[in-house]
Amino acid sequence: MIDLQNIHKSYKTGTNSLHVLKGIDFHVKEGEMVSIMGSSGSGKSTLLNILGMLDEADEGSYTLDGKSIRNLNEKIAAQYRNKFLGFIFQSFNLINYKTALDNVAMPLYYQGVKRAERTDKAMHYLEKVGLAQWATHLPNELSGGQKQRVAIARALASDPKVLLADEPTGALDTKTSYEVMELIQGINDEGKTILVVTHEDDIAQMTKRIVNLKDGQIIDDTRVQQVLAKNAANV
Amino acid sequence: MFDVERWQEIFETIGKNKLRTFLTGLSVASGIFILVILLGFSSGIQKGVKTQFERDATNSIRIGTRITTKEYKGLNPGRRIQLRNEDFEELNRKYGDQLEFKTALYNMWGTQVTYEGESGNYRLEGASPDQQFIENASLTSGRFLSMDDMDEARKVAVIGYTIQKDLFKGADPIGKMISVYGINFKVIGVYTDPGGSREENRFFVPLKTAQISFAAGDRIRNIAYTIKMSDNFDEAVAMSKTLSENFEKDIKEKYIIAPDDRSAVRVDNTLEEAKKIYSLIAMIRNVFWFIGIFTIIAGVVGVGNIMLIIVKERTKEIGIRKAIGAVPSSIVGMILQEAIFITSIAGFLGLFAGVGLLQLISPMVDNDFIKAPQVDFTTAISTVFILIIAGAIAGYIPARRAAKIKPIEALREE
Repeated sequence: MIDLQNIHKSYKTGTNSLHVLKGIDFHVKEGEMVSIMGSSGSGKSTLLNILGMLDEADEGSYTLDGKSIRNLNEKIAAQYRNKFLGFIFQSFNLINYKTALDNVAMPLYYQGVKRAERTDKAMHYLEKVGLAQWATHLPNELSGGQKQRVAIARALASDPKVLLADEPTGALDTKTSYEVMELIQGINDEGKTILVVTHEDDIAQMTKRIVNLKDGQIIDDTRVQQVLAKNAANV
Repeated sequence: MFDVERWQEIFETIGKNKLRTFLTGLSVASGIFILVILLGFSSGIQKGVKTQFERDATNSIRIGTRITTKEYKGLNPGRRIQLRNEDFEELNRKYGDQLEFKTALYNMWGTQVTYEGESGNYRLEGASPDQQFIENASLTSGRFLSMDDMDEARKVAVIGYTIQKDLFKGADPIGKMISVYGINFKVIGVYTDPGGSREENRFFVPLKTAQISFAAGDRIRNIAYTIKMSDNFDEAVAMSKTLSENFEKDIKEKYIIAPDDRSAVRVDNTLEEAKKIYSLIAMIRNVFWFIGIFTIIAGVVGVGNIMLIIVKERTKEIGIRKAIGAVPSSIVGMILQEAIFITSIAGFLGLFAGVGLLQLISPMVDNDFIKAPQVDFTTAISTVFILIIAGAIAGYIPARRAAKIKPIEALREE
C-alpha cells in the first residue's frame, strides 16, 4: 500500500540546514496498523507529513496504492489527499462553526457529493463512532473524546485507503485515549490501513507493528502482539 | 459561480459568522452611503449655483442709463440720461449682425394691477417679443407677445406665475382682463422664469402699448440683447466684452458723457459673469470628485484590509479544508465569492440608504445655493461596482496567499 524508498528531507532555517530525514525505507501492506515512535525531533511528524502529501520529500520515491507521489501540483495533491487519505490530528482540527454532522460531511463536499447524499453518509459515520445523537452540536459543545470521534468519522467519510493519525490521543486522558484507540482498532479490523504517530508506549502497543525513529533514521521495526484497547481499559 | 453547493456552503458560513459579516458589510455600506451623500450634495450645489445665474440668458447684455456724476465738456454733473427708441434702432443697425435677440424696455415699478377686486403691485415691462428669450422665460399657458401685438399696439399682457397665483388664485387667466391704473389689458399668457418668484412678479406688455398708454413717448429705460454665440466659449466672452465696450462708448459719445463716468451708463454683460460661475462650478465638481475618489480608495483599502483579517482568522480552517481535499482554486473561490457577495449586498444597501436619505431631505433643503441634492443613479451604481471589483482585487491577493498556505503550517497555528 505504502512504499517509501530512501526518503531524505531537510529544512532550511536561515543559513542552517537541518537534515530531518536521512534515508527512510518503509513499506506498509494493506490492512496493517503501524505506529511510528520516536522522541521529539526524531522526524516522525515530518515523515507523517510526507506520507500525508502535506509536505514533499527532497529525495527518494513514494508510492501510494501503486501511484507515484512525486512533483504533484497543489490541485492533484489535494485530490489525492481527498481520495486516498484520512487525517486524524492531536488537536482534532474541527471547523468550530460547523456542526459535527457538517464537519464529517466536509470531505464529501470536496468530492462533489450532493447535499442529501452527503448528509446521509456523514450520519452513517457518526453512528459508527457512536455520536449520532450529537450530530447537530457544535465542536465546543463536545468533550475531547467526542471531538476526536467526530474527527475520526470525518477521516472515514471519504472512504480513504489509509488513515493517518498524528498523536490522536495526545490531548486526551487515559480512559478516553483507550476508547478512541478501541474505535481505531475496530476500523483496522474492517481492513483499513492505519498509521499512528505517537510517543506513548501503551498506545504503540495497541498497534500491530512499531517503527522506531531516531535522528531521522529507522532504528527499529518490529511486529508486536496487539494489546486490545478494550481489555486495557478494564485494567 | 453558479454552483448551488458552493452557494449553500457560503450562506452557511455567512450565517454562522454574523458579526464578521456585519462588520464587513457595515464598512462597505457606510463608505458607499457617505459617497452617495457627498455626490448628492455636490450635484445639489452645482444645480443651485447654476440656477442662481440662469435667471436670464447667459449671453445677454443689458444697457441702462442713470445720472451723470462728472462734469464733461462744460456740461454739469447730475444730468439724467434718457434713452430713446432711436438709440435702440441705431445700435441695432450698427451691430445687428452680432446680435441674436433684441429688445428695448420701458419699465414701471410697483404698478397697481387689479382683477375682480384683487389687486397687487407688480413691475410692468414694455418689451418686444424677443424679451422671452433674453429673460429665459418659458410659458406655462397661452402665448408670448408677437410682432403684431407690437405693430398694432394691442393692450395685451403676459403675466408672471406669481401674479397668476395672487390675482387669479390659480384659475385660468387667459383671455381675462386685468386693469393697470384703470387701463384694461387682456392676459394672453403666463410665464415662469428660472430665477424664481422674484422674476415672476412682472408682466410684459408690448413696448409700443406701454409708451402710448402711459404717455412715455419714445422714451425707453433699458436695452437688452443676447449676442450670437460662437462655438468657442472664450471667443464668445471676448466678443461680448468688445460689444459691451462699444455700446458704452457710442452712448457716451452721443450724450456727451465723460468716458470715465462709471454710473451714467451701465452695460452689464452676463457672459463674463457666466464664465466665472462656470469655472466656480467646475471647481466645486473637481473638489467633490477629488474627495469622492479618495473615499473610494479608502473604501477599497478598507475592504482589502478586512479580507486580510478574514484570511488570517481563517488560516486554520483553510488548512483543515486543504488537508481534507480542498483544491487551491476552491479556497480562492470560496473567499472571493463570499467577499463579493457581502460587499455587493452591503454596497447596494448603502446605496439605497444614501439615495433614500437624499430623496427624503431633498424637498426640505430650501437654500438658494443647494438645490435638490440628488445623485446620478448611473454614477452611484458604477461606484458600487468599482468598489466591488476593486474590493475583489484587493481581496484576491490575501485569498491567493491563503490558498498557498501549506496545510501543516496552518494546522500548527493555534
